[in-house]
Amino acid sequence: MSDQSAQEGAIDFSAYPDAGGHFGPYGGRFVSETLISALDELQAMYTRLKDDPEFIAAFDRDLAHYVGRPSPLYLAERLTEQVGGARIWLKREDLNHTGAHKVNNTVGQALLAKHSGKTRVIAETGAGQHGVATATVAARLGLQCAVYMGAEDVKRQSPNVYRMKLLGAEVIPVESGSKTLKDAMNEAMRDWVTNVDNTFYIIGTVAGPHPYPQLVRDFNSVIGREARRQSLEQFGRLPDALVACVGGGSNAIGLFHPFLNDSSVKMYGVEAGGEGLETGRHAAPLNDGVPGVLHGNRTYLMEDEDGQIIETHSVSAGLDYPGVGPEHAWLKDIGRVEYVTANDEDALNAFRTLTRTEGIIPALESSHAVAYACKLAGTMKADQNIVVNLSGRGDKDIFTVAAIDGIQV
Amino acid sequence: MTQENRIDRRFAELRAEGRKALVTYIVAGDGGLQNTVPLMHQLVESGCDLIELGVPFSDPMAEGPVIQRGHERALAQGASLRACLDLVKEFRQRDTDTPVILMGYANPIEKMGAERFADAAREAGVDGTLTVDLPAEEAGPLNRLLAERNLRNIFLMTPTTSDRRIEEIAGLASGFIYYVSLKGVTGAGHLDPESVRDKLTHIRGFSDLPLCVGFGIKDGASARAVSEHGDGAVVGSLLVSAIGEARDTGAAREKVAELVSEIRTALDA
Repeated sequence: MSDQSAQEGAIDFSAYPDAGGHFGPYGGRFVSETLISALDELQAMYTRLKDDPEFIAAFDRDLAHYVGRPSPLYLAERLTEQVGGARIWLKREDLNHTGAHKVNNTVGQALLAKHSGKTRVIAETGAGQHGVATATVAARLGLQCAVYMGAEDVKRQSPNVYRMKLLGAEVIPVESGSKTLKDAMNEAMRDWVTNVDNTFYIIGTVAGPHPYPQLVRDFNSVIGREARRQSLEQFGRLPDALVACVGGGSNAIGLFHPFLNDSSVKMYGVEAGGEGLETGRHAAPLNDGVPGVLHGNRTYLMEDEDGQIIETHSVSAGLDYPGVGPEHAWLKDIGRVEYVTANDEDALNAFRTLTRTEGIIPALESSHAVAYACKLAGTMKADQNIVVNLSGRGDKDIFTVAAIDGIQV
Repeated sequence: MTQENRIDRRFAELRAEGRKALVTYIVAGDGGLQNTVPLMHQLVESGCDLIELGVPFSDPMAEGPVIQRGHERALAQGASLRACLDLVKEFRQRDTDTPVILMGYANPIEKMGAERFADAAREAGVDGTLTVDLPAEEAGPLNRLLAERNLRNIFLMTPTTSDRRIEEIAGLASGFIYYVSLKGVTGAGHLDPESVRDKLTHIRGFSDLPLCVGFGIKDGASARAVSEHGDGAVVGSLLVSAIGEARDTGAAREKVAELVSEIRTALDA
């Protein structure tokens, strides 16, 4: 790896990760030897296909005709007016088939699964969005599908559980550990290592062992490529700032990555501040965690003094994860992206505000990004532009919000 | 590496006697922190040659349900990497011969700091480590720190490990090589002794280290079958399961003693 420093401003971000999957000191491949040959096989296939014109054309075709891309870049005029300051543009990933950015990645990985000749796909899911997106592509390709979901999340997200079942997937509740997303990921890895001969593991975020952080990023980078082109078309220059929520970080890296070499574009990743950073009850490893090793990569983690992973807290199940993609960890250290937080309350307020001013119900995850963008806009000039990744729609969250309001739906 | 290490010495003794090694795995703190050292002594009394002490981790990704639950029980008892080191220190007060290997995951070591860990392990009387999620490509720095302290670093090989990797791992490994006899997590599936034999013979072409076979050993007969072409057998899930099911400490020790003795007898027959 080159040892260019951020100060020189000469980093070519498209050159990362290195051959071993490292982003600076982060990423890599921290898995048992039992998984190595499966990862080698996946990496070899991805290296072969990622620049193959036929594969790219097939992916683009699916994005256009199945996912419904390009997604609009929408100027939120009333929101901008209410907040006062920079113009706020929404990248409408909520309009994708299945209602979030997650499908960009599952469509891409499903193509890889098809190429591999494997007949079964598995996935882990927290809120259920990635599980639904995986079950969807599995149904379309006639692949057997099993989705691991923490037993706690199965209870919290029953509409998505039913959706997955309708799509023909088997939903397997995970009873180990904290019974949430991280445990679902452990369990999916165990399934994969046991059934690797016929099974393709579709990881839902930019975490996990190499090459997952790279390939999930690449499939989601369509968000940033479109946003870049749309910015030039719709307001004649690059945005001044990008804002996206960060759990594992796939929607954020998808928006950020095609802009990383544009040094004039500032970037903000918004972690879940939960009940407040100072309470310790949050899901913000980049703001309040330390580097460590989990789920096959080195990255920032929420852990205790003995290196045990601790439970996280967020009103949004999709951000409730104790780690974060390794590329984000690196972008934080070199200062290319600023990682901030929005608390549960900020996100809920933004959820209501966007719904009332624009007629768009955002996912609670994306509401974190909207919350920070509103704050940021106020500090900027009226002729500046912020692009916010509206990574998903909030239909799945109306029960959560209703419960907070004391209403039974 | 001229200094003596208990692991090397033990394998040399076994080889001289023409016996197979019995490596036993338990999770530190499973069944209560105060009961781990007595259990370790029991393992030795019942015929084990090397002890793998599992360091509990909140996310033991490579373990099957049996050992996972062992980790959860141990964490609930307050076990940690630091506690493991204290347990080894305590074990050494009565047993200065039996090699002890800490088997665990990278994050607790990262948290402690690799160098601090290596120092503390040596001081406590640990003889080697096996860090499940530190494969060859990530193991370099810890490997050097351990080697400088005369500690062995045990690596896994699997039925799907390529020749290129076998060579790479053989270059890093010391103490012995742990051959994972089947695909999957700990405690899974059934063994195929023939494929084990073929792979072990193949690995011999790359390394002179002792080869111990684990994953899927259920009793004396399967231990004997897999170790026939290797230098020993590793037994884990069977013991952790017995500890988890035992109604109290006494019953756990009794059951563990019975299982280990049976396998010892089968290996020596």
